Amino acid sequence: MMKRENHKKPHKTPAAKLYLHYISIQIRSLMQYKKSFIMNAMGQFLASFNAFVGIHFLFMRFHSISGYTYGDVLLCFSVVQMEFSLAECVARGFDSFSKIVRQGTFDRIMTRPRNEILQVLGSSFELTRIGRTVQAALIFAYGTSHAGIEWSFSRVLTVLFMLIGGTGVFSGIFLINAALCFFTLEGLEFINIFTDGAREYGQYPIDVYGKRMTRFCTAVIPYTLVQLYPLHYLTGRSDSILYMLLPLAGLFFLVPCYALWRFGVRKYKSSGS
Amino acid sequence: MIEVTDFARFLSRWKKYISFFRLRFSMGLQYRTAALAGIATQFVWGFMEINVFYAFNQSDPAAFPMGFEQLASYIWMQQAFLALFMTWFMETEIFDSIMDGNICYELCRPIDIYDMWFARSVANRTSRALLRCVPILIVAFFLPAPYALTLPPDALTFLRFIAAMVLGMTVTVAMCMLVYMLSFFTVSPQGLRIIFAMTAELFQGIVIPIPFFPPRVQKILELLPFASMENVPLRIYSGHISGGEAVRAMLLQVFWIVALVAIGKLICGSAMKKVTLQGG
Repeated sequence: MMKRENHKKPHKTPAAKLYLHYISIQIRSLMQYKKSFIMNAMGQFLASFNAFVGIHFLFMRFHSISGYTYGDVLLCFSVVQMEFSLAECVARGFDSFSKIVRQGTFDRIMTRPRNEILQVLGSSFELTRIGRTVQAALIFAYGTSHAGIEWSFSRVLTVLFMLIGGTGVFSGIFLINAALCFFTLEGLEFINIFTDGAREYGQYPIDVYGKRMTRFCTAVIPYTLVQLYPLHYLTGRSDSILYMLLPLAGLFFLVPCYALWRFGVRKYKSSGS
Repeated sequence: MIEVTDFARFLSRWKKYISFFRLRFSMGLQYRTAALAGIATQFVWGFMEINVFYAFNQSDPAAFPMGFEQLASYIWMQQAFLALFMTWFMETEIFDSIMDGNICYELCRPIDIYDMWFARSVANRTSRALLRCVPILIVAFFLPAPYALTLPPDALTFLRFIAAMVLGMTVTVAMCMLVYMLSFFTVSPQGLRIIFAMTAELFQGIVIPIPFFPPRVQKILELLPFASMENVPLRIYSGHISGGEAVRAMLLQVFWIVALVAIGKLICGSAMKKVTLQGG
């Protein structure tokens, strides 16, 4: 007994370093299939290109939607695309979590002396989403010139906050999806409404969809905090500093998501064979 | 007597294809929860889509290329019959069998591979659509006024719609068959599949309906086989095209079916000649 107490604690790699190591493994394994990677990245690029073409043609015809110009919508569209693809890049492990539960891989994760979330995050890293991110960045540049935004320090900060907050909110939904897998074993297709759906319909500022939708997307899932309100600050519709900081408040959404996940982990019964 | 045996042969041939359909349908029934979730998803997507167009219509009603009720019907029918026309909804099994060599079992069967896959795809799409369309149609029908699905103006329109829908699905399957057949010639069919699905998504009017494209682009798109998929039946149903225009669009559909099947069979023939099986 004495001996063990005297023994030095085993060296523990910091979580961040471990995570980076996980990612480097993922990327290296992905690069073994370069052709497939390029194809997938291209597919992602084309998918968001289609959405852009759709917006472009609609604005050629109608010129504005609910008081928003082409430039405003492009800004909104590209920021949401970036938020979503960043979240997908990072939190993809949660999106395909049903597989981990069904195959019993989660047992293995639980036996390891590290945090489960860290391990699930490290289990997958969707670099193919880079295709969408690159496209979104290009459209963002095009959109800002179209919307005639005068850049200031606080506006740059707003965009940064939007990206952080938005990635957080989308990751939270992926986390909920994963937590539900503990109970259903299956991935639930209706969660798509809040992930892919939010990406698709987040192209337009949410108040386009009416008051009730805006309220829902503020109170239940805080999309408006990372999209609508900071956008108003960005385009000069509002001067309130609050609107600039709201995206960070969106990160509080992760708290209930995490609670649900903890609850799920505690209820987890192995299904593996 | 010869006629009788011919007829019997014809029947037994159809039986094979009908059994594919029954198999798929009962398989689809096993996944009722998945179907329900899919229905909910499609319903929300349809609703959001209509909302966007509603907002555009508010900002400039004069620029709206069709009646708003027509658009609502278009979108609900599109969501209800999604499985018939979606090009990303292709059979992974077929790609896998080409990739891993399991295709040899299929080649052993005494049915033409093109016909068999064609029948299988039709069965897959129809059974999936039949399972999912009814709840969407019912709910959409009882929605408040501008958002609701409306009935077609007359019985003739409805009959034309049914015919155009069958033709449209056939065009879709024939296009997918081309992709299957071309994947015999590549090692990884993934890229082919992605490019095809994305092109079809834009050109067949899923991103935005074809009437919303600029007029010049629209004229070109309408001639392409992509427009012969869901564009024709949905616009006939909503009453956006009718009379001679509808008949002409349907004739174009028939033309594309004939052309695409002919090309598909041609590629199939040359693929079968050169197919080499690798693997144990």
